[in-house]
Amino acid sequence: MSTESTAQGAELSAESIERELLGFLEAKTRTTLTPDQDMFASGLVSSMFAMELVVHLEQTYRVAIVGADLKLDNFRTVQRMTELVLRLRAGSPAVGHA
Amino acid sequence: MSDVPTTVKCLVWDLDNTLWQGTLSEGDTVRPPDGVRELIIELDSRGILQSVASKNDHDLAWAKLEELGLAKYFVLPRIGWGPKSDSVRDIAERLKFAHGTIAFVDDQPAERAEVSFHLPEVRCYAADQVPALADLPEFSPRNVTVDARRRRQMYQAGFRREEEQAAFRGPTEEFLRSLELDMRIGRATEEQLSRVEELTLRTSQMNATGVHYSDAALRELLADPGHEVLVTTMADRFGPHGAVGVMLLRTRPGVWHIKLLATSCRVVSFGAGAAILNWLIDQAARAGAHLVADFRPTERNRMMEIAYRFAGLGEESCACQDALPDAGADGLRRLHLVPAPREPHATIRISAPDLAADHRVAAPDPVH
Repeated sequence: MSTESTAQGAELSAESIERELLGFLEAKTRTTLTPDQDMFASGLVSSMFAMELVVHLEQTYRVAIVGADLKLDNFRTVQRMTELVLRLRAGSPAVGHA
Repeated sequence: MSDVPTTVKCLVWDLDNTLWQGTLSEGDTVRPPDGVRELIIELDSRGILQSVASKNDHDLAWAKLEELGLAKYFVLPRIGWGPKSDSVRDIAERLKFAHGTIAFVDDQPAERAEVSFHLPEVRCYAADQVPALADLPEFSPRNVTVDARRRRQMYQAGFRREEEQAAFRGPTEEFLRSLELDMRIGRATEEQLSRVEELTLRTSQMNATGVHYSDAALRELLADPGHEVLVTTMADRFGPHGAVGVMLLRTRPGVWHIKLLATSCRVVSFGAGAAILNWLIDQAARAGAHLVADFRPTERNRMMEIAYRFAGLGEESCACQDALPDAGADGLRRLHLVPAPREPHATIRISAPDLAADHRVAAPDPVH
């Protein structure tokens, strides 16, 4: 399954997003991850990597992540990122926006 | 034209009958002419890198440079049998320097012509000009900063680091840990200020407001007890990274205001920006102060916004901001955080002044 077909598929399942993100992150961090594992707990995710992650989600899933949605909690785990992507694709307003 | 010429950032040396007298491959006993050793050391101390483009057997020529005690002054030597224009181009590419900042010195007019033909911007000098090079304006940088004097070591450390990273097969986290990153945050000294000014000019990707502070403006703030001008330097087991970050902080009781945070792109991949913020948030929490950070989006600094947001700063309004001067109408945003103590960084050892102790909100006086 290519990134292209993922982005263009009419319906994206949480499962397919999770699978793609796990592949991306495992290649980047050279570690094995689970969907609910907190990648930021150790505080070692760099600004560069954070940027890469945001851009990857935006380009792969054609969403714009701005303002309050950029908070770390949305990126802690593969599950949270999947929720963020699905919410943004559904066009619902940001949760917890001040 | 009275313009000062662009400063040379790297001088590429020919060896036979230029750096030394004689032809090594013909069995001559080669040695540098008077003054060449001193010139190499002088240019090195001015922060001008030096390299080699020579048609010679690599191992023999390099061994001779080592024997002469000069090898350590050269980065990315290109010793072989290919065209010198290829060597000079390679060196410029690896250093990410524009051709106009490269100089090439060779005794052979044909070699200089070959380099000039393919790389017209590279400045070529004949071997008999060597004694005069140090006095030329293009070899006399206006400002020799602390980092300039150890620029060559920083580049050499960088090349070793890159090689090791490329060869490293384990998790990124383990690689970062293996670097033994050491960060020092300190109050800026007069001597560091020129480098600080340079950082605010050059770090467009990691400058939170896009504002450039002049040397004079920073000097004034250095003397102001209400401001902290903090400079971050980094090193690891390969050597120094030099000054990599600058922060301008206004400290008021109850609120610390980050007016500028800029970090060098060279250390972005180590998480330097996040580490500095993590330290500052912890300090502010201990001082009982809220944190407010100025941010002005530019086309290039989105990475900085992400660093702030991932560190926990957000847009919620807070009464603490009433005490701050107006943000103005030119696109400046204020991000805010009520800080909580943070865990020390996982892969970077940090030493820093105890800002919290110096700026703690005084406990209320007992009633007399």
